[in-house]
Amino acid sequence: MPEWFIPFLLSVVTASTPFVFAGIGELVVEKSGVLNLGVEGMMIVGAVSAFAAGVTTGSGPLAVFTGAFAGAAMALIFGVLTLYLLSNQVATGLALTLFGLGLSALMGHGMVGKTFPGLPHLEFPLLEQIPVVGPLIGTLLLGHDVLVYFSVVLVIAVGWFLNKSRAGMVLRAVGENHNAAHSIGYPVNLVRLLAVLFGGAMAGLGGAYLSLVHTPLWVENMTAGRGWIALALVVFASWRPARVFVGAYLFGGLTIMQLHAQGLGIEIPPQVLAMAPYLATIVVLVIISRDSALVRLNAPACLGKSFHATG
Amino acid sequence: MTAPRLELKGVTKRYPGVVANNDVDLTVMPGEIHALLGENGAGKSTLVKFIYGVQRADAGVMKWEGREVEIPNPKAARDLGIGMVFQHFSLFDAMTVEENIALGISAELARGDLNSRIKEISASYGLPLQPDRYVHTLSVGERQRIEVVRCLLQSPKLLIMDEPTSVLTPQEVEELFKTLRRLSGEGVSILYISHKLQEIKELCHTATIMRMGEVVDDCDPAEETARSMAEMMMGKNLMSPERPEGIETGAPRLVVRNLNMETSDQYGVDLHGISFEVRSGEILGIAGISGNGQTELMDALSGEVPVDDDDSIIIGDKTVGGAGPVERRAAGMSFVPEERLGHGAVPEMTLWENAFLSGATRKDLVKSGFIQIKKSSTYASEIVEKFKVKTPGVLNAADSLSGGNLQKFIFGREILQDPSVIVVLQPTWGVDAGSAAAIRQSLLDLAAGGAAVLVISQDLEELFEVADQIAVICQGRLSRSWPPDEITVDEIGLLMAGVEADPGGEAHNGEAGGHAG
Repeated sequence: MPEWFIPFLLSVVTASTPFVFAGIGELVVEKSGVLNLGVEGMMIVGAVSAFAAGVTTGSGPLAVFTGAFAGAAMALIFGVLTLYLLSNQVATGLALTLFGLGLSALMGHGMVGKTFPGLPHLEFPLLEQIPVVGPLIGTLLLGHDVLVYFSVVLVIAVGWFLNKSRAGMVLRAVGENHNAAHSIGYPVNLVRLLAVLFGGAMAGLGGAYLSLVHTPLWVENMTAGRGWIALALVVFASWRPARVFVGAYLFGGLTIMQLHAQGLGIEIPPQVLAMAPYLATIVVLVIISRDSALVRLNAPACLGKSFHATG
Repeated sequence: MTAPRLELKGVTKRYPGVVANNDVDLTVMPGEIHALLGENGAGKSTLVKFIYGVQRADAGVMKWEGREVEIPNPKAARDLGIGMVFQHFSLFDAMTVEENIALGISAELARGDLNSRIKEISASYGLPLQPDRYVHTLSVGERQRIEVVRCLLQSPKLLIMDEPTSVLTPQEVEELFKTLRRLSGEGVSILYISHKLQEIKELCHTATIMRMGEVVDDCDPAEETARSMAEMMMGKNLMSPERPEGIETGAPRLVVRNLNMETSDQYGVDLHGISFEVRSGEILGIAGISGNGQTELMDALSGEVPVDDDDSIIIGDKTVGGAGPVERRAAGMSFVPEERLGHGAVPEMTLWENAFLSGATRKDLVKSGFIQIKKSSTYASEIVEKFKVKTPGVLNAADSLSGGNLQKFIFGREILQDPSVIVVLQPTWGVDAGSAAAIRQSLLDLAAGGAAVLVISQDLEELFEVADQIAVICQGRLSRSWPPDEITVDEIGLLMAGVEADPGGEAHNGEAGGHAG
């Protein structure tokens, strides 16, 4: 096993986790029939808020909560505008991203150059002492920060919620046919608002992970398009939580791989390498989602449509 | 005297520009089967939506078992014991039958072994359902069963049924009526909306007639005729479709020879060796319970799903088995599918745009790649005028029209393109008596003009009224055909149910048999 392998795996996990958070949040939002294109904006505001809270108070948990809260606050603006004032979801989402990028730059003005020590890691010293496989297991499964474990739990919980719980069934029903859901008597816009807030909180958490763990410092525009990737992952994963997770790790893994490849001086133009993760992720997800009947079944039929009850 | 189960006083509901309900009074007694009659747009749906808590009224009082109540939402209505079967089904396509039922009942009721309770109820009321199937794979008739079972699971005191029998076979209707009578005997009140006046006569204890948002009359259906009730609804005389005299059938216009098709739908029906021909001037009716291959046959005929064998479908003298809808239109075929919104018309688009979409080529509405808006609007206005479509104008969206009006528009759009062959599926489903008569008349006129007409329908009354020949589809196989005076409704019903009947005695010889029944 080459010596770069373990650090490589570690950096894959850190690179992928923000996508898991933002992607799973957006999945829930879209399942309720809302298309929020403001993921990037919510992420970056989450990132700067979490970092600011972390640097000021020195508390990891407080920083994480602040990030999630900031993302949800951004989502609240989006939710009120699109659900209750019936503004166009696509335009409002784009505006939210632009607003978030600007706002975060303003908020982060004094933060440039400061650092944050990172989040606590869970250690299991006994397991890592198993010969040969010990270090590998240790790296793959153990010793990550708490948010990594939380992201895994989150994917399972969301999968369970959507497919097994009654509340999740109502959420899918609202996304599938809002008129029918209304005539049966479900509060369509309230369900959607809750989904949007959850999506915002998760995007904020993804942003917080970036500024607290991935690169524990604040740089303007540090999300660098990750919100858009998360959005694309949801669609290419045909709205299935487990596939969003696979897609996030695929993309995270390929991104790190191409960085290492560039570092090793492989003779491929770095631009081509930089493109590779995007292409490969899309190709793989398209192949695993090629059953069009299943995609049709999973795609929320009311995605992006505003609901206004008559009468 | 017992208190009425439901009492409405002075219910009024206004929409911008329309008064949907004006000072409506209604009283339903326990155990009573009460018909609510009226044309499409008379305000029946608005009234029942108010009762079920989907919509608020602007004025009016509702009393439930003598007590004044407010029903802010459907859940409150269900808690009182009101169940409703919607006309436009409140179902979720991408979810299973079981999930759909669970969503429509209270959380407490949905707990436990819902799956087996669904099977139990559906078996005891003769409404077969498979809880694990996805709704988008089901036919209209099967979808309706979901709604009925969903209500029955809640053991309601008042059951509102909006057009429950429009897609059932005569035997199924009998079964449903048995169920409803049984419920009525158990003290359940039923508010029954239907356009089938014969059924109302047979089933209902009393009827309230609405026109233009107002209650115009009450009557005892048993003492009225279907015709007199229809005239009360319309406020004028009903024209029954008349068969023009002396039509000569000419050469075959639509020939289907040994059509086989495997369905791509997991729960669809394969077509096996379907053969028939429709001559110029002739109307062939195909009866069948929905979900027996009608949708697949329609797909194959319209070209939405081309078939492998090009020779199996011939329009005029052109083989079109492998051709798509555009080529078939060019060959002179028109189609009116079952689903009006989303299949027959694009719901969000205006009427003139919908007219343009199907008539672009045949009505010559495109000039060097540009839409001729004026010409298209004129064409749409012509449809509205000739087929008496009730709409403020052709700039209105298709989904703003009531079912009957939109169907008249779609029919008009196809008929004005002078098709030599027209294929229609469930043409008068959910359409009021006046519009249905107009649509049937237009089919008869079209045949009189020399077109070959194929009507696929569950409504046997309709087939007996218009068809020159009737065949039955069951499990993807088509029977031979009989002239309507050589076969009875009951025999057709048995064939539809897949019972090996032998109408006319010599059916298997392939000859025109003796007179049956």
